[in-house]
Amino acid sequence: MSDQLTLTPNIDGADDFYAELLAAHEGLAKDQSDALNARLVLVLANHIGNRAVLSQALEAAALKE
Amino acid sequence: MNKIFEIPLYAYERSPDQDAQTPVRRKVVIIGAGPIGLGAAIDLAQQGVEVVILDDNDKVSFGSRAVCYAKRPLEILDRLGCGQPMVDKGVEWNIGKVFFDDRQVYDFNLLPEDGHQRPAFINLQQYYFEEYMVNRVRELQAAGAPIEIRGRNKVEAIGTHDDHVTLEVDTPEGAYTLEAEWLIACDGANSPARRMLGLDFVGRVFEDNFLIADVIMEAEFPTERWFWFDPPFNKGQSALLHKQPDNVWRIDLQLGWDIDKEREKRPENVIPRLKQMLGDDVEFELEWVSIYTFQCRRMEQFRHGRVLFAGDAAHQVSPFGARGANSGLQDTDNLCWKLKLVMDGKAPESLLDSYDMERIHGADENILNSSRSTDFITPKSDMSRILRDAVLDLSEHYSFARPLVNSGRLSVPCTYDGSPLNSADALLDGPARTRPGSPCPDAPLGDDFLLPKLGDKFILLTIDADAPDSFEEDGVEVTRLALSVKDDASLELKRRYLGENDSAVYLIRPDQHVAARRASFDEAQFRTALRRATGKE
Repeated sequence: MSDQLTLTPNIDGADDFYAELLAAHEGLAKDQSDALNARLVLVLANHIGNRAVLSQALEAAALKE
Repeated sequence: MNKIFEIPLYAYERSPDQDAQTPVRRKVVIIGAGPIGLGAAIDLAQQGVEVVILDDNDKVSFGSRAVCYAKRPLEILDRLGCGQPMVDKGVEWNIGKVFFDDRQVYDFNLLPEDGHQRPAFINLQQYYFEEYMVNRVRELQAAGAPIEIRGRNKVEAIGTHDDHVTLEVDTPEGAYTLEAEWLIACDGANSPARRMLGLDFVGRVFEDNFLIADVIMEAEFPTERWFWFDPPFNKGQSALLHKQPDNVWRIDLQLGWDIDKEREKRPENVIPRLKQMLGDDVEFELEWVSIYTFQCRRMEQFRHGRVLFAGDAAHQVSPFGARGANSGLQDTDNLCWKLKLVMDGKAPESLLDSYDMERIHGADENILNSSRSTDFITPKSDMSRILRDAVLDLSEHYSFARPLVNSGRLSVPCTYDGSPLNSADALLDGPARTRPGSPCPDAPLGDDFLLPKLGDKFILLTIDADAPDSFEEDGVEVTRLALSVKDDASLELKRRYLGENDSAVYLIRPDQHVAARRASFDEAQFRTALRRATGKE
């Protein structure tokens, strides 16, 4: 696996994925949604596994310079 | 029946030092007859160093206190001649269960690595631990070793000088002055010695209180470690249940910082909590209750001239991971051989600065690990609680989340990477776990084991390599231990010490840490390595 975080379009059917993400949160209270997001982050992080990529992802998400 | 912790084990006796015209100067004085002070004293006495332990009490620890002893301290205790009774009496466990809210989320089996003489750890009340160490002191005394415990000898003042330390000691029969060439302060987290010398104790990263209770239960509770996050009987906090010998169970209930200690300790408040935890129908008897306060912090330096601090007196961590007594024994393991060489004039006094450096490295590692456990157990923000709960919820369903659950990372010895006593690793592609600075991992040798053959002095371990049987460099002797991969049919010796190499030569310190290694013996290189390991390079 590459040690480089992908930050270019990489999801087939981006609109479908986004709708699925919103649907997962539908009808949830704020605390339930927060919990779902937290679980999702952990599931995805484990799937990636690569520590260097995870560090880059944390940095990318922070939207700092 | 009297419990061992109710009987004076080293009752006050008048010492001739109290009647001396001028203060008597002893070689080494140790303050504190807890596990660390006793460990230091036994280590030094075994090497023939005169040592006097002063303790303001005359009994072993009251209540169970430190209960988990990891493999490395057990190996150190073997070297000190008192590991076996601890292992014989102690409780071994492999199964742990993790609870979140009102349910069990998963269980695990520790599956410790094979090929070690000692278990990953044992549970044992601190009073037994200290009793067995005191027994060892008595055994050494009977054999003529210069070791003495003075009960009810309370140090009231310490004066420091270039070449000695002066102690004002109070006893039931009045005060006397005692001098020491070297002083080791093992007087616990609230160290009066530290205070008397006006020394810092910085950190205080976390503060928390724990209600700790020993209960006697005849019930058929399994020998497992149970850990609760946010249980119904202790909302927003944690709880731990551990088995100890004699059907005594240890319960730790986290209480948070802002509490009324005296109120929490009262049996009428403790018992209902325990009933909620154990179930209404379980019969138990409360043996001991205490409130334990912890902070994470350490002294900036453990050595102050002729005064050396060890154990909780030098560093304090959270109880998660059993890093208190375990790391304290590694302090004295590191210190005593160095002190002996310095006292014998075979190493410069600056060798003792490596005690500071190496054990501060160890203390920082322990503080880091225990801080991370604390962050998981007691989330500090809304989001850290959300993430923590997410980990626990996921752990119930998926194994991937279980390594993220942190109820304490069990104490493992640290590798002194970057220590000035290490020589550069010269064993190409050698196993990382035995690189210079590492504590030697045990390995089976037929019916025997490797570690009992190491320690107390410098050893040249040769595995399928030639070398002289011994050599001496500037007063320090090295003795060869010649082994072959054939000595271990399980091939653990090869895996742990050779890797893909056909041979290896290790220089091993008296505390069983690796100082240098190469594929074959090179006299000049190993002489330099020995000089470096004794602070002369």
